[in-house]
Amino acid sequence: MNANDEIEIIKVENKNAKYNNSNNTNLHLNAESKKESDSKVESKLDIPMIEIKGLAKSFGTFDALKGIDLTIAKGTVFGFVGPNGAGKSTTMSILATLMAPSSGYAKVDGFDVTEYPHEVRKRIGYMPDFFGVYDQFKTVEYLHFYGASYGIPKAEREQLIPQLLELVNLSDKKDAYVDTLSRGMKQRLCLARCLVHDPELLILDEPASGLDPRARIEMREILRELKAMGKTIIISSHILPELAEMVDEIGVIEHGQMIAQGNVSDIQNKLRVKRFLHIRLMGREEEAEVFLRDRPFVNRLLRDERGIQVHFGGQDEEQAELLHDLFAAGFKLVSFSEAQTNLEDVFLEITKGGDALQ
Amino acid sequence: MKEQAAGRSGGMSWRNKLINPVLNKEFKLRMRSPRAMWTLFFYLFAIGLMALSAIYLTQLNSRGSQGFNPEESKLLFYFLSMAQLGLIAFMAPGLTAGVISGEREKQTLNLLLTTQQSSATIVLSKLVSSLSFMILIVIATIPVYSMMFLYGGISPKQLFLIFLFYLFIMVVLGSFGILFSSLFKRTMISVIVSYGVTLFIFGGTAILFFVLVGMMSQAATQPIANTYSWIGHVIAWNPVAALYSILEPSISEQAFTVNMGNSSVKRAPIELWQEFMIIYSVLSGLSLWLAIRKLRPSLKRRGM
Ligand SMILES: Nc1ncnc2c1ncn2[C@@H]1O[C@H](COP(=O)(O)OP(=O)(O)OP(=O)(O)O)[C@@H](O)[C@H]1O
Ligand SMILES: [Mg+2]
Repeated sequence: MNANDEIEIIKVENKNAKYNNSNNTNLHLNAESKKESDSKVESKLDIPMIEIKGLAKSFGTFDALKGIDLTIAKGTVFGFVGPNGAGKSTTMSILATLMAPSSGYAKVDGFDVTEYPHEVRKRIGYMPDFFGVYDQFKTVEYLHFYGASYGIPKAEREQLIPQLLELVNLSDKKDAYVDTLSRGMKQRLCLARCLVHDPELLILDEPASGLDPRARIEMREILRELKAMGKTIIISSHILPELAEMVDEIGVIEHGQMIAQGNVSDIQNKLRVKRFLHIRLMGREEEAEVFLRDRPFVNRLLRDERGIQVHFGGQDEEQAELLHDLFAAGFKLVSFSEAQTNLEDVFLEITKGGDALQ
Repeated sequence: MKEQAAGRSGGMSWRNKLINPVLNKEFKLRMRSPRAMWTLFFYLFAIGLMALSAIYLTQLNSRGSQGFNPEESKLLFYFLSMAQLGLIAFMAPGLTAGVISGEREKQTLNLLLTTQQSSATIVLSKLVSSLSFMILIVIATIPVYSMMFLYGGISPKQLFLIFLFYLFIMVVLGSFGILFSSLFKRTMISVIVSYGVTLFIFGGTAILFFVLVGMMSQAATQPIANTYSWIGHVIAWNPVAALYSILEPSISEQAFTVNMGNSSVKRAPIELWQEFMIIYSVLSGLSLWLAIRKLRPSLKRRGM
C-alpha cells in the first residue's frame, strides 16, 4: 500500500465517523449531563485540551523526557508513536497527574497538572499500559466502585453502567467476577472504567496491546464511537497502521524528544524522504558515516551490519554528486542502491531507535 | 473531598459521607478474601488455646485448695491480656503493611489515584478498614475474656482501659504498617520493616531499658539510689510495660526509680500507659501524615 492510499482511507474513515456521530448522540449518559458538558466545551473551545511546554522528566541522571512541546485541540484524536522507552508512558502519566515533571508544564483544559490535579482528574479518563483489577469484584461492582470514586451518585450510576457495558460489549458479563474475564475483556472493562465519569479527555496508553486482531478491531470500533461523541483522545501505540486509520494528528517521539508532529498528511510530507539509499562499503564504515552526515540532503542516517542507510532529500543530480564524492574521498563501495519507501517504512525507520539522528 | 461529594449530587446522605467508596471497597474486598476467614479462625484458635492451657495450669497449681483464688484468676487475666497484645502485635503489621504496596504491585493503585478520592481518604479508609477487621477479631475474643471475668479480680474500668489500649495499639501499628506500605514499592519489604519496627517497639525498648537500668545502678553504687530518674521515660515506649501499668498502676512509680529494692518512692510524673499513648499518638499521627504525603508524587497541590 502506498502512502497516498493511506491518506485516502483516513479521509473516508473520518467521514464515517461524522456520519456515526448523528446516530450516536443519545448513546452516552443521560441528556442532562450531555448538555452540561456541551456547553462547557463551547464556552472554552479556545483553550486547547492539552498544552505541554518544555516538559522534561529525569529519573536520577537519566532523562526520559527532554523538553516536549505539544498542543492538542479539543475533539482531536492524537496518536502518539514511538519505540520502546521513547517516553510515551512517561508523558501520559504526567498528564494523568501520577508523576510530577522535572521541568516544563502540562495543562489539561487550561489546568496545570501539578497545580490543579483535582480539576485535571475530573477531566481525564486514564488507561495505563499495565493495569490490574480487583479480582473479587464483579464487573458491575467494579464500575460502581470507580463511579462512586468519581462522586457519581448511585442512581446515576445505575443508569450509566449498563450503557457503558453495552458500549464495550460486556453486557453479558456484568455479573461475572473480574478475574474470570479474558485479557481483552479486562481491557474493554478498563476502557469502560475510564468513561464512567464522562471525561472530556481520554488518555489511552496502548489500549490494544496484547489483543488479538479481532479484539483490536473491536477496540478500534469503540474508539471510533468515542471520537464521534466528541471526546479528545490521546492514544499511544507502536503500531502505525492501527493508529493511522483513526487519528487526526500524530506525534512521533523518540528518546524523550518529539521528532515530528502535526496532522497525518503534514507529517507525511515532513517525514517523506525522497530517497532511501543503501550503501555498502569495504571497511571504513565509521569514517563514511561521519563523512555522510555532513553532506547536504542527508536527512537521517543509520549504520548497521548490513551497511549504511541514508534518508536522502535530494534528486538524481544530488545523488550522483554524493556518489561521486564518496569515490573522491577514497571510500570503497560495494554497492550504492536506492529503495522505494512508503509511509510505513518511514515510520519504521524513524522509530527504530537508532542513534543516527543527533 | 467534600467539594466533590457535594459537587455532583447536591446533598449526600450521611451514609455516603461516613462510608466513602474506598472504605466500602476495602470492606467488601477484605471480607470476600478467604484470608479474612483464616485470620479470624487462627486468631480465635490461638487465644482459645492459650486461655485453656492457662486455666489448666492454674488448676493444676491450686489443686487441693478449695474454690478459686482471686490472685490466681488475676494472674490468668494478666496472662490473657498480654497474650492478646502479642497477637495484635502479630496481626496488625500483617494486615496493614500491604494495603498500599499491594495495590501498587497489583497495578490497581494508579487507577485509584486518578480518581477524585483524596490521598487522605485513601490512606485513612485503608486504616479504618484494617482497624475494623481487627476490632471484629478482638470482639470475637470477648467470650473467652468473659470466661476469665467470671473469676473476678479485675475492675470494669481496667477492662475498659485495656480494650482502649488495644484499639490504640492497633491504630499505632496500623499507621506504621501503612506508612511503610506507601514508602516501599514492594509489599515484602514493607512487611519485613513493619515487623522489624514492631519487634523493636516490643523487645528493643525493653532491652534498652534494662541495659540502661543496669548501667545506672552500676554507676550508682553509692547511696544515691531510689531517686527519681528519667529512665522511666524509656520504658514508657514499651507497650507491654504500658499495658502492665494499666493492670498494676504501681509499676509506673517503680519505673521512675533507679533502684527498685527500696520503697521510698516519689510519685511517678505520669502513668506509663499515659506517656505511651502521648508518644505514640504523635508518632502515628506523623506516620499517617507522611503516608498521605507520599501516596502521590509531590505535586504542588494548590488546587486540592
Ligand atoms: N520509574 C522509572 N524509573 C526510572 N526510569 C524510568 C521510570 N519510568 C520510565 N523510565 C525510563 O524512562 C524511559 C521512557 O519510558 P516510557 O515508559 O515512557 O517509554 P514508552 O515510550 O512508554 O515505551 P513503551 O513503548 O515500551 O511503553 C525509559 O527509558 C524507561 O526506562
Ligand atoms: Mg509505554
